Amino acid sequence: MIEMTNVYKKYPNGITAINGLDVRIDQGEFVYVVGPSGAGKSTFIKMIYREEVPTKGNVKVGEFDLVKLKAKKVPFLRRHVGVVYQDFKLLPRLTVYENVAYAMQVVGKNPKQIQKRVLEVLDLVGLKHKVRMFPNELSGGEQQRVAIARAITNMPRVLIADEPTGNLDPETAWGIMDLLEEINNQGTTIIMATHNSDIVNRVRHRVLAVENGRIARDQEEGVYGYEN
Amino acid sequence: MKTRTFWRHIKESFKSIKRNGWMTVAAVSAVAVTLLLVGSFIAILMNVNKLATDVEEDVSVRVYIDLAAEEEDQEALQQNLEELDEVEQVVFSSRDDELSQVIGSYGDEFGLFDGDDNPLYDVFIVNTAAPEVTSDVADQVEDMNYVADVNYGGATADRLFEVMATVRNVGAVIIVALIFTAVFLIANTIRITIFSRRTEIEIMKLVGATNWFIRWPFLIEGALIGFIGALIPVSIISYIYLSGFDTIMTYLSGTYFALLAPNPFLVQLVALLLTIGVVIGSVGSSLSIRKFLKV
Repeated sequence: MIEMTNVYKKYPNGITAINGLDVRIDQGEFVYVVGPSGAGKSTFIKMIYREEVPTKGNVKVGEFDLVKLKAKKVPFLRRHVGVVYQDFKLLPRLTVYENVAYAMQVVGKNPKQIQKRVLEVLDLVGLKHKVRMFPNELSGGEQQRVAIARAITNMPRVLIADEPTGNLDPETAWGIMDLLEEINNQGTTIIMATHNSDIVNRVRHRVLAVENGRIARDQEEGVYGYEN
Repeated sequence: MKTRTFWRHIKESFKSIKRNGWMTVAAVSAVAVTLLLVGSFIAILMNVNKLATDVEEDVSVRVYIDLAAEEEDQEALQQNLEELDEVEQVVFSSRDDELSQVIGSYGDEFGLFDGDDNPLYDVFIVNTAAPEVTSDVADQVEDMNYVADVNYGGATADRLFEVMATVRNVGAVIIVALIFTAVFLIANTIRITIFSRRTEIEIMKLVGATNWFIRWPFLIEGALIGFIGALIPVSIISYIYLSGFDTIMTYLSGTYFALLAPNPFLVQLVALLLTIGVVIGSVGSSLSIRKFLKV
């Protein structure tokens, strides 16, 4: 469960990205975060895995109180919150297998457990046959699948996807979407920031529209509602 | 840290060295070149210093004993000399000994002066504890009874001591400056190789790695680069020093001069270079990643 109450975020350059935001997301939900560029979507998303800390207000993710959380404890939060980025953020010098395994080594799992689980998630994303390849040898869609595999390998309760289809062609985007649906069906909360109106309008879920640093619209089975 | 994690870090650092290819080669060469420079300079300067000390220690005060001195006067003089604080050793050399030395150096013509014709004095050869006090000792001895003359090389010796002191100071400054340069150059090279990997570090943080989980492989990798980089100058310097030592020592045989023996000098130099490499490599890399860990 994620809960934000009366959250403000002002950057050192004077820009107020989040301006009194309240929201509550329950375990197992699938939530779209939409809104114009510069409205605070990214900041909102980043505050969930504590890449950004609010200047005021409260953010709670599971049992973690992100405002009080010490820098040293942040890695432990991130093991419960998987993140998928628009630019994939794979480690360029590691193979597909090693990239996914890295997230498990960090937690201190033993090599046998790691091997079993990594092959399992790579099978789920349909890349079991490319385990030995390096990220630059894969297509964009494939790289995003590896990133998703890495994000879910530790079985996080929350998966955050920041424009996961932003760099992909429509067909590949739908493949990624199917994958996220499947992960959501297994009980993982999914929070997805997106500009893809097609996806939002066709696969209906709760929609959070962020404008001027606030939730302007919170709608179950909502539509995208902006012109691209 | 779990043992498993420890082995993982070791394995990971070796893998990283291999996969970084040219970056590793660049860092290793930078370490090698710098340490070669530092090592050679230390070897040369320390030996110059050693030779300087040998030269200085060769300087002694020659006290010529007045011909009128009886045996007890001579003994009293020797006792006076030995009682001086700065004096380390007093050796008696009779006029016959002196003559045979002269004959040894200059040839048989001096054989004419054999026996009672010997024009030389009996001599006390006084060695001082420190070369710098030689002239003081000479001054004090001059006032003693039954001293015909005192000789220590005078102005020549004083000049020699001055030159040697300068050589030593300049040498020490150069060595310190070189070590600083080495530290700076090596640390900087490692910083550059790590800078190219800052996104990697950022990603590791985002996946939930603790700072030390990220830091260990970098630290070990830095130490390995420093170690491998130091091995190259160490083997070059050892080879040259050992062969050079034998050649030069044959020329110096029979003189007061000697180079520093490979054991312990070369052993210490090797240890110093390897330590500089490993310490700067590991500390340099862990300091360099520090600012990228704040994600």
